[in-house]
Amino acid sequence: MPKSEKAIVRLCGVSKTYGATKALTEVDFACFGGEIHAILGENGAGKSTLMKLVSGVIQPTAGHIEIDGAEAQLAGPADAISRGLICMFQELSLVPDLTVRENLMLGAPGIGLGRLDGDVVARAQDILTKIDGGDIRMKTRVSDLSLAERQQVEIAKALSRNPRLLILDEATSALNASVVEKVFHLIRAERDRGVGVLFISHRFHEIEALADTISIFRNGTHVETFSNGAYDYGAIISKMVGQRIDDLFPPKPAPDPDAAEVLRLEGFGWADSLHDVSIVLRKGQITGLGGLDGQGQGDVLQGLFGLLKGTRGQCLMGGAPVAIKNPRMAKSPQLGIALIPEDRKTEGLILDQSIARNLELAALGVNTINATDPAIYQPFLDALELKCDSLDQPVSQLSGGNQQKVALTKWLALGPRCMLLADPTRGIDVKTKTQIYALLRRLADSGVAILLLSTDYEELIHLCDETHIFYNGRITRHLAGADITAENIIAASLNIPSAEPANGGSAHA
Amino acid sequence: MRDFLQSNKREASAFVVLAVLLSLYLWSHPIGPTTYVMTIWANQCLILALAAMAQFFAVIVRGIDLSVGAVMALTNCIASYLVIGSGVEMAFGVVVVIAAGIGCGVLNGVLVVYGRIQPIVATLATASLFVGLALLLRPTPGGQIDYDLADAMTLDILGMPTALIMTAAVILLIWVPLRRTGLGLGLYAVGSSEQAAFQSGMPVAKIRLASFAMGGLFAGLAGLYFSFVTTTGDAGIGPNFTLNSIAAVVLGGVALRGGVGTLTGAIAGAFILKTIGALMFFSGLPPLAQPFIEGLILAGAIAIGGADILRIKNRLEAFGR
Amino acid sequence: MKTISPHLPGLDILVPYFGTILLIVGGSFFFPQILGFAYLAQQLQIASFLGLLALGATLVILLGHIDLSVPWVLGGAAILSTSLAGSGDPVLIALAIPAALVFGAVVGVINGFGVAVLRIPSMVWTLAINSMLLGVAVLNTGGFNPKGEASTTMIWLATAKLAGLPVAFVVWMVFAIAMAVLLKKSGFGRYLSAIGYNEKATFLSGVSTPSVIFAAFAIAGVCSAMGGVLLAGYANQAYQSMGDPFLLPTIAAVVIGGTSILGGRGSLVGTVGGVLFITLLTSILSVMQISDAWRNIIFGVIIIAMLLLQTLRRKAA
Repeated sequence: MPKSEKAIVRLCGVSKTYGATKALTEVDFACFGGEIHAILGENGAGKSTLMKLVSGVIQPTAGHIEIDGAEAQLAGPADAISRGLICMFQELSLVPDLTVRENLMLGAPGIGLGRLDGDVVARAQDILTKIDGGDIRMKTRVSDLSLAERQQVEIAKALSRNPRLLILDEATSALNASVVEKVFHLIRAERDRGVGVLFISHRFHEIEALADTISIFRNGTHVETFSNGAYDYGAIISKMVGQRIDDLFPPKPAPDPDAAEVLRLEGFGWADSLHDVSIVLRKGQITGLGGLDGQGQGDVLQGLFGLLKGTRGQCLMGGAPVAIKNPRMAKSPQLGIALIPEDRKTEGLILDQSIARNLELAALGVNTINATDPAIYQPFLDALELKCDSLDQPVSQLSGGNQQKVALTKWLALGPRCMLLADPTRGIDVKTKTQIYALLRRLADSGVAILLLSTDYEELIHLCDETHIFYNGRITRHLAGADITAENIIAASLNIPSAEPANGGSAHA
Repeated sequence: MRDFLQSNKREASAFVVLAVLLSLYLWSHPIGPTTYVMTIWANQCLILALAAMAQFFAVIVRGIDLSVGAVMALTNCIASYLVIGSGVEMAFGVVVVIAAGIGCGVLNGVLVVYGRIQPIVATLATASLFVGLALLLRPTPGGQIDYDLADAMTLDILGMPTALIMTAAVILLIWVPLRRTGLGLGLYAVGSSEQAAFQSGMPVAKIRLASFAMGGLFAGLAGLYFSFVTTTGDAGIGPNFTLNSIAAVVLGGVALRGGVGTLTGAIAGAFILKTIGALMFFSGLPPLAQPFIEGLILAGAIAIGGADILRIKNRLEAFGR
Repeated sequence: MKTISPHLPGLDILVPYFGTILLIVGGSFFFPQILGFAYLAQQLQIASFLGLLALGATLVILLGHIDLSVPWVLGGAAILSTSLAGSGDPVLIALAIPAALVFGAVVGVINGFGVAVLRIPSMVWTLAINSMLLGVAVLNTGGFNPKGEASTTMIWLATAKLAGLPVAFVVWMVFAIAMAVLLKKSGFGRYLSAIGYNEKATFLSGVSTPSVIFAAFAIAGVCSAMGGVLLAGYANQAYQSMGDPFLLPTIAAVVIGGTSILGGRGSLVGTVGGVLFITLLTSILSVMQISDAWRNIIFGVIIIAMLLLQTLRRKAA
C-alpha cells in the first residue's frame, strides 16, 4: 500500500519546555500511513520528547497536534492507544513485578479496567514466535527476563495492539542482528498494510535498511526531512551535529613502556562472572576495557572500587597488596581511586540536589581537602566548560552532557591517582565528548592512570594506549599500539580466533 | 505449579508456617480441636485479617494506611447504633457502616491522589479525624449489636466456623474475580512501576483511588466484624489494629515497596500473628513474658526474611531493594 | 513525573511559625490569658518533650526512614531512670540520666542495624523493636505502673525555671543547637539528606552510608530517651504506655516543619516550628474545653490543611 495522503499525526508549531529548558522549539512535523519514518539526532536533540508528545505521555507547551487532519488533544497514553498510536518506549513500559502474560494484557485496547481476556496474549505470542521469542514463557516475571527478552516482549506488546501508527524508540538496541532482521520484516509488513512507523535508532545501518523517509532533529528543532538515500553518511552526520568536528580525539603520545606502575591486578576473579583477569595500569596511560555488553568489564571496575564481596586474586598498588573493601577506602588519599559509574542519573549524581552539593559529596570525607571551597572544582569546570546558571542550580535541570561534567569534576577535585570510568560518553553529545576526551588525555599526561570501559570502538582505538577485550568473564585479547584496530576488537569481542587483517566494512556497529 | 511456587515463595512459606502453628495450637490447647476452640480462634483471626486486607490495598499501590484502626473504630461505633432492631433496620445499618468505611477510604485516596500528600502522612491526619468522629459517637464504650445477628456471624455453620467460611468467601467472591480484571492487574502495575503502568495506558489516578476505597471497604468490614464479636462500640480500639495490620501484611509476604504480594498472603499473615498470640496463651509461658516473646518472634521472622541480603556479593545490589 | 522544587527553604520553614503566631493571635480573642507570659512559658515547657522527640525524628526522616520505636524508647528510658533514681543508692541515682541516654543509644543502634545491614524497611523493623521493648517493660514491671520516682535532677530539668524560662525548654534548645552545629559543621547533615535523596549515589561517592544510618538512629534514640527522662521528671514517675500519645504528633511536627517524608529535604528549624505549632494547637483546643472528639477532628483537619498548603506551594514553585 502506498504512502497515505493524509497525515496520521501532524505537529503544528509545537514547542515543549521544562522549566527553563527548551526540549522542542516550534516543530512542524508529520508522519503518514504506509511509511517508515526514521528520526535522527543526537541525544538531547528532542527525539524522545517528540515521541512522548505523539504517544500522549506529555502535552505540548505551545502549538497543537492534528490527528487524521483534525486538531486533537491527547489526554494521556490511554487516549493515544485508543486512537491506534502505539509507542514502544526506550525506558521500557513493562511492569517488572508482573508476568509476561499480565504485561501483555495491561492497558490493552478493550480491556481497560474490565475483564481480562487472552486474545491479545495469543496474538502477542504469535508475534513473539516470529521474532525468536517463542521460548519466553508467559508465566515468567518480567524482572527475571534479560534486556533482550524484554525488548522482544515489548515489541510483541506494541504490535499486538493493532497500531495505526507504531512508534519505536531504540526498540532493538539489545537485540542481535538476526532477531533485528526478523523484527524489521514484521515492521515492513505492518507498513505494507498501511501502518505508519516512527523509528528512532542510533544504528545507521538499521536506518539505512529500514527507513523510507528520514527526519533530522538538532537542539530541539526539526532540521530537514528527506527520502532515504538522498544524502550520504557524512552529509547526514554534519546535519545532525550542525558543525563538523574534525579532531574528535586528542593526539596520542608515543607509548612509554617504562612508565611507573600504579595498579596491578593479578588473577583477579569474582563469583561466576569474572575469571583470571590480569591488568597493569601505568602512570600516564589510558587503558581500555572493551567487549560486548556485560562480559565482565564492569565487574573489574566495581571490584577495584570495593563494591564486590569475595573477589579472588590480588590487587597491588605500588607493589604492595591492597584489599579494597568499600568506596570510602578506595577514595582515601592512600589509594586515590575514583569511579565514574555507568548510570550518572542514579549512581553518579543526586539529581535533586544542587551542583555544589553534588560536587562536595565525594570530597567531604577526605581530610586533606576542603570540600566546601569552590576553588578546587573551578579549574575542571572551566576545562569542561560547564554550562549552568549557578552552582546552586539542581543537577536535574542540566543536560546529560553537563551532568556528566559535574560527575567527573566531583572526583577530579580529589586528585585521584587512578580513575575508573564506565562508559563516560554514553548518550552524550559530540561536543562534550571531545571535551571529555581532551580532559582525560591531559589527566593522563599529568600522571593519572586511567581505566576506561567503553562500548564505543572509536574510543578504544583513538583514545586508549592499550586495550583489554573481554568475553564471557575473561580477557580474550590484549591489544596495544597499532594492533588496536576495529577488526581486532570485533574479532576478540565475538571470541573469533582469527585476527587476520580483514577488509572490514561493518566496523561501525 | 513450579512457576507458581517460585513467584509466590513468600506466600507459600507463610501458609506452611500457619499450618504448623495451627497444629501446634490445637495440639497444645487443653480442650483440643473442638468447634468451639476453632470458632474463638477464627473470629479473632478474621478481625485482624480484614484489617490486614485493608492495609494490603494501600500497600500494594505503594502506599501505607495508618488509619485502618481509626476507620475500624469509627465503623464499630456506627454499628453500635445502627446494627440492631428489625431486619430492615439492621440491613440499613450494615449498608451505612460499609458505606462509611468506603467513604473514609475515598477521603484517603483523594488526599493522596489529588492532594499529593504522601500516604503515610495523609492517613496519619485522617486517622485523627476518624477517631474524633468515633469519639463523638461514643465518648465511652457502649451501645449494642443485635445478638442474633452477631451469633450468626461468629459461631459456626455445621461445625465449620462462620469466620472461616467468610474468609473463604472473600477470597473466592472478591479476590479471585478481581484478579481477573484490568483493575486487579492495574493495582500491581501501579505499585510496581507507576511509569510503566501510565505508559501502558492505565488510568493510574483512578486505580490508586479505587485501591484506597477498597482499603476503606475492608477496614469498614473489619470494624463491623469486630462489632459482631464484641457486640459493643468502642472508639479506642484503633491503634493496635493499625500496627498489627502492617505486621500482618509483611509476614504474609507483601512487599512494603508495593507491587508484590497477594490478598491471601495478607490473610495468612494475619492468621499467623493471631495464632502466635493464641499459642502463647496456652503455652505455659509466664503470661508476663508473652508480649516480649511475641515481639521477638515478629522481629525474628522479619530479620530472617531480610537475612538473604548478607549473601549478596555485589554491594550495590543492596540498594535496589 | 514528580517535580520537586529544589530548595525554597526560607518560606517552607516559616509556614509553621506563621501558623503558630496565627494561633496565638486568634486564640487570644477568645482567651486573653494566651498572651500572658506564664501561659506561653508553660507551652514552651510542654513543647520541649515533643520537641526532643521531633529533633531525633527529623534526622531519621531526612534519611528517608522512620522510627516507630519512639514510644517505648521513651517509656523504657523513663522506667529505667525512675527505677534507678528510686533505688536510694546515691551512685545509681547519679547514673539515672546517663543510663537512660545510653539505653536510647543502644536501641538506636539496634534500629540502625536492621535498617542499614539487614535492609529491612525501617517502618517494620522499628515497629518490631517497639513491641519487643514493650514486652521487656511488661516483663519487668509485671504490667503495673513501675515503682520508683524521678531524681531531683530530673524534676529540676523538667519543671524548674531559669530567669523565667523553663529549664526543659533550655534543654530542648541545647539539643537543637548542638544538633544543628553537628549537621552544619561535619559532613553529617550533607550525608543525611544525600542518602535521603539517593543512597546508592551517596555510597558510590565514598560515603560510609551504614555508619551514617547507625548514627542517625542512635542520636534519635538518645533524643527519645531524653524526652522520656524529662517526661518522667515532669510526672515524677514512669507509667505504662506513656510514649504512645507522642508518636504521631512527632511525625506530624516534622512534616509540618517542611521535612519531606520521602527524605532528603528538610530542616531542624522547621521542625522546631512544627513542634511549637502542634503544641499550641493542642493546648488551645484543650483550653477551649471542647471534647476529646472535637479536638481530634480539628487536629486532623488542620494537619490536612497544612499539608495541602505545602502541595499548593510546591505546585506554584
